[in-house]
Amino acid sequence: MNPVQSPQNRTSQRLLRKRSAINAIAMTLSCAAALFGLVFLGWILWTTISKGLVGIDWALFTQSTPPPQESGGLANAFFGSAIMCGLAILMGAPLGIAAGTWLSEYAGARRIGMVVRFVNDILLSAPSIVLGLFVYTLVVAQMGTGFSAIAGAISLAFIVIPVIVRTTDEMLRLVPAQMREAALSLGVPQWKVIVQVLYRGASAGIVTGILLALARISGETAPLLFTSFGNQYWSTDLASPMASVPVVMNQFTASPYESWHTLAWAGALVLTFFVLVLSLLARAILSRNKVRHD
Amino acid sequence: MTSIAVTHTRLVTQARRDASADRKFRTLVVLAAFIVLVSLIGVAFSMLWGGREVLSEQGLGFFFSTEWNPVENRYGALVPIFGTLVTSVIALMIAVPVSFGIAVYLTEVAPVWLRTPVGSAIELLAGIPSIIYGMWGLFVLVPMMTAYVTPWLNDHLGALPFIGELFQGPPIGIGLLTAGFVLSIMVIPFISSVMREVFLTVPVRLKESAYALGATRWEVVWNIVLPYTRSAVIGGVFLGLGRALGETMAVAYVVGNTVRFSASLLEPGTTIAALIANDFAEATDSYRSALLLLGFVLFVVTFFILAIARLMLLRLSRREGVR
Repeated sequence: MNPVQSPQNRTSQRLLRKRSAINAIAMTLSCAAALFGLVFLGWILWTTISKGLVGIDWALFTQSTPPPQESGGLANAFFGSAIMCGLAILMGAPLGIAAGTWLSEYAGARRIGMVVRFVNDILLSAPSIVLGLFVYTLVVAQMGTGFSAIAGAISLAFIVIPVIVRTTDEMLRLVPAQMREAALSLGVPQWKVIVQVLYRGASAGIVTGILLALARISGETAPLLFTSFGNQYWSTDLASPMASVPVVMNQFTASPYESWHTLAWAGALVLTFFVLVLSLLARAILSRNKVRHD
Repeated sequence: MTSIAVTHTRLVTQARRDASADRKFRTLVVLAAFIVLVSLIGVAFSMLWGGREVLSEQGLGFFFSTEWNPVENRYGALVPIFGTLVTSVIALMIAVPVSFGIAVYLTEVAPVWLRTPVGSAIELLAGIPSIIYGMWGLFVLVPMMTAYVTPWLNDHLGALPFIGELFQGPPIGIGLLTAGFVLSIMVIPFISSVMREVFLTVPVRLKESAYALGATRWEVVWNIVLPYTRSAVIGGVFLGLGRALGETMAVAYVVGNTVRFSASLLEPGTTIAALIANDFAEATDSYRSALLLLGFVLFVVTFFILAIARLMLLRLSRREGVR
């Protein structure tokens, strides 16, 4: 009522102004942080597209990696990557699904289950180069055959396993307990309940896990450097070195040749496109499935 | 009568077959889980085994020596360990505040319709293969560092007392600072997605009580959301640290790959992972042994960091469970 402000009133006014200013600054910084992330996403994608598009042509998919200064493609590397990633999924997915099943259906909240879950989480974030060293000492050094495609596939499988274990475990636990109880009460043996009821209920989630694992390993370079090594030529021999897209990109980027750089960026564009499509696909499957269950 | 007996025996054999199939299935999945458990131990042990040669020759001196001389078979882990820690610390110094900002933006600031697309876009950053970060760093970031950032740092921060030495160096663009910066962009999606998830677990009741008392948005975030989720936020930061420590290809291109100690962040250096990636395939036997031992060091360090991260994250979810 009184137009004359008391000292307390003025202090509180000042305090309010200060708090609002701090709030405004913080909110602006928060927007700036989001912008920071988006700018770098856009920048990296733009670099890949602008530098990679030049190298995209038919020869990229039909010819093998060329010697310096000559034209060629990455056909052998695409083939090698497909073979090794395919093998890694074939080895890793059944193992991962089985281990995830144990975690969700047999271990539950028991201590040993917690331990395995913990170990799996650590493997999930463990440096991939360390897994490469592991497979090197386990396979390459022991077998005496030297670098081989199969060693590369095994090192990728070790990356696949924890991803699939985790998604399988989580997805199976999302299946309502009534489904298990209903099936068990009909006298269906537990393995059949799991395979025919639970896997069907969680199938979208499990497929998502496999897609995410594939997206993750298709760009993996570090573990392949000293397991599958590289190969300049087209090779179908699993016991000998095999080319792969990331390793070829690594070799070409480190070279001084312009033609190799172009090929490396073309490979980068194809790889990024593939990985982003896979992760978007995984997301789409998951969200569509969620809608249907609600 | 007979038909009942026949049915009965058929039921019994059926039950027996089911039971044995159940047992087999159970053995199968237990075995798979066992492989997961064993592989972690196998990873650690295989590298220690591979590094036994250098470990027995040089003993614990390996961990405290700065000399790295493959020609004379003298190996010291201190320089790559130093490089790994420095690049990761730089990465966290940039990534933690930015990730916090992103998480706040996605949970409190952005209009609701914008949250999902922006959140997914940030998460796409995590999907880009690390080698592409490396190529981008080498061909785009390094020239920019050379042309603008390094001279600016030299002029403005290089003259300061105490910290000036960190920012003096040749304008070559590659070095620990560039590597740390690329790493920070790579770990932002991991840290921010953990923070975002845990911020969403804060009970709306708590936040609205604070708003009702007249708190500003920032005060709610700082005084309500952050204390409530503190342990999980620290867990997320450690998760990012674990990623940064072991990141290989992105660092290998921009760190310079020089095994030499220098006080400046602008000088080339190396990290454990980059050193292994560059030299392992062509290394001699004893050099390989040294690199395997380095790999063991990296694994042990990341193991503990990730273990702390998981325990911190578990704390919050356990509290959630109790409620």
